[in-house]
Formats: sequence, structure tokens, C-alpha cells
Amino acid sequence: MSIILQLFISMLKIGCFAFGGGYAIIALLENEFITKRKWIEHDEFMDVVAIAESTPGPIAINVATYIGYKLKGFLGAVIATVGICIPSFVIMYFVSVFYERFMDIAIVAAAFNGIQICVVYLIASAGFKMLKKMKKTPLNIAAFSVTCIAMILCILLEIHVSSVLFIFAAGVIGLLAFIVKTRKAKGEKK
Amino acid sequence: MIYLQLFLTFLKVGAFAFGGGYAMLSLIGESVLSYGWMNEEELLNFVGVETVIPGPIAVNMATYIGYEQAGFLGALLATIGVVLPSFIIILLVAAIIKNLLKYPAIKTFIAGMRPALGGLILSVAVTMALTVFFGIDTIKTTAISFDWRSLVILTVMFAVPMIWNKIKKKEFSSILLVIISGILGIVLYGI
Repeated sequence: MSIILQLFISMLKIGCFAFGGGYAIIALLENEFITKRKWIEHDEFMDVVAIAESTPGPIAINVATYIGYKLKGFLGAVIATVGICIPSFVIMYFVSVFYERFMDIAIVAAAFNGIQICVVYLIASAGFKMLKKMKKTPLNIAAFSVTCIAMILCILLEIHVSSVLFIFAAGVIGLLAFIVKTRKAKGEKK
Repeated sequence: MIYLQLFLTFLKVGAFAFGGGYAMLSLIGESVLSYGWMNEEELLNFVGVETVIPGPIAVNMATYIGYEQAGFLGALLATIGVVLPSFIIILLVAAIIKNLLKYPAIKTFIAGMRPALGGLILSVAVTMALTVFFGIDTIKTTAISFDWRSLVILTVMFAVPMIWNKIKKKEFSSILLVIISGILGIVLYGI
């Protein structure tokens, strides 16, 4: 099977089962393209997610577009983006038509009670995987735990803070640490 | 013209919504309310339904509002509108990222963002878990309840991939896990 077709089918599949928004979809993309197909390195994937987080637009689509581009250039990007959008477009379209009646079906509601738990599991395992692969420098551990705790508190206390703020701050701190380190290294040479 | 209005509104949402789905909701909410496409209550109801539809929140939202306002073409234009900006931006980023990463400053900047991202994702999971398992949404929640059925499903979610990994030495498909959880939901909550 050509890689383009495989990419398209993978994206369609993920689009069909991507419940729970952006981070759940990222967990699925990771499972499909890094763990199963090994088309992309974990580190590169993390960079892409970081970039997707700091550029506008739906994170999942940003990541899908990038994966497509990386594999097959412009055509790959188009195929991946369209592929991941088609299922939600089609499903949402039909739901819109039958919107009122859809949620009244008891069995649908019950199934989604179960799926919610799976979504929590998937997102949590994506988070833990990142923690496991992270280099355990004091700075990294601090960035990880501060962001995690702060965001939980923000949500519980209903404080509206954009997560981008934390991501950017972490980037800036990483950069500053790098500058300080190189300065020191230069100073020692002198 | 409603088609153009839909397209441009969602183009704007796609271009300025940083931070993914939930950040987008507020931006979409503003536009939708100001045009009178939905009222506050309809918007809240929709967000509830939205969580049970697969796919990026922004795409679902665009499809639904586009359809409600202008039928199939409206849905299509709104969806293309919301996706287009991120498509173009990521294409540009992807084209230059290799060269950008040659600069140590940019490399350390991106590397610095990585752990925060992991923390963010875990925080999303924790807050979702508080809601799903204990019914805690905010600090103000007083009715804390524990649902044993959710614990059963969670146990299965942990056990199946672990056992599969031991026997087959392969990663268990996340999509299959979603299907299993849906079936368990029907069995435990529906019957």
C-alpha cells in the first residue's frame, strides 16, 4: 500500500475515534505514528506538539498537517488534514440534522459514559509517557510540575489563564538558562 | 452574505485561537453570540454534546454552526475556514523548521517548552479525572460522589493494554480501547 493511502486511512481512523478534544487526539496520533508505524521520532513529535500548541488553530490538526508534510510534502499535508477532518465533519453533519433526538438515546449516553473514562486514561498515559522520556534535569522537572499543578489549580479555582502562557514561559526560561550557561562557559575560557 | 460571513468568522477563529480546542471555544462563543447564531444556553448545551462527538472541537463547532445557519455549504465553508489558517501556518513552520533548529537559541527554546507541555497534558487528565470519577468541576463543588462503575472501566483500561503488551509484545491499539470503553459503558450504565 502506498504511504499516501496509508497516511489517509490512518488519519481517517483517528478522526473517527478522537473523542475528548485535542490532547486525546494527540495521544492517538502518538500511538499510531510513533509507537506503531515508527514514522516519526518521539522527540520530533514532541517538538511538533510544542509548536502546534504555540501556533493558532486546533492542535490536533496542526500536528496532523505536520506529520503529513514530513512524510510526503505538500500532498501529504493536504491528505492528512483532510483525512482527520472528514470523520468529524460527516458525523457532526448528521448529528446536526438529528441533534435534538441524538442525545435522548439512552444507549448513546451510556456508551459515552464509558468513553469518557477511556479519554482520561489516554490523556494521562500520554502525559506520563512524556514524563518518562523527559531528561530529568532540575529545570525540566520544575517546568513539568509547576505547569501541571498551576493548570490544575487554575481550572479548579476557575481562573482563566491560557496554557500557551506556561508553554511560552517554559521556552523563555529554557533559553535564558542556555544563555547563562554559554556565558559562564565563555567566562571560564577567558 | 451569510456564506462569506461564516467563512470569515471561522477564518478569524482559526487564525487567532491559540492553545487548542478549549481556548477556541471562548473565541467562537464571542462571535456566535454577537451574530445571534446561538444564545448562551444553546451554546452551553452544544458544548456538552460536543464532548461526545469525535474530532477536533473547532471542526465540530464550525460544522454545526455552519449547518444551522446555511445548510451543507455553510457547514463546509465554516469548516474550511477554521482549518485553513493552521494548515498554512504549519506548512510554513514545517518547511523552515529544519533550518530553524540549527540555531541553538531556537532549539533550547523549543526544548524548554517540552516539559511544560507534558505537565499541561497531565493536568488536563487530572482535572478530567476529578470530574469523571468524583463529579468535581471546581473548588465550589459540594456534591462529591464516587462512581464504582467508572473504577471498573478504568481498571480494564489499565489491564487490557498491559496484558496485551506482555503476551504479544506489541502496543495495544488506542482506538480499540475507545471501542471497548464504549461497550463497557453500555453494559454498566445502559442496562
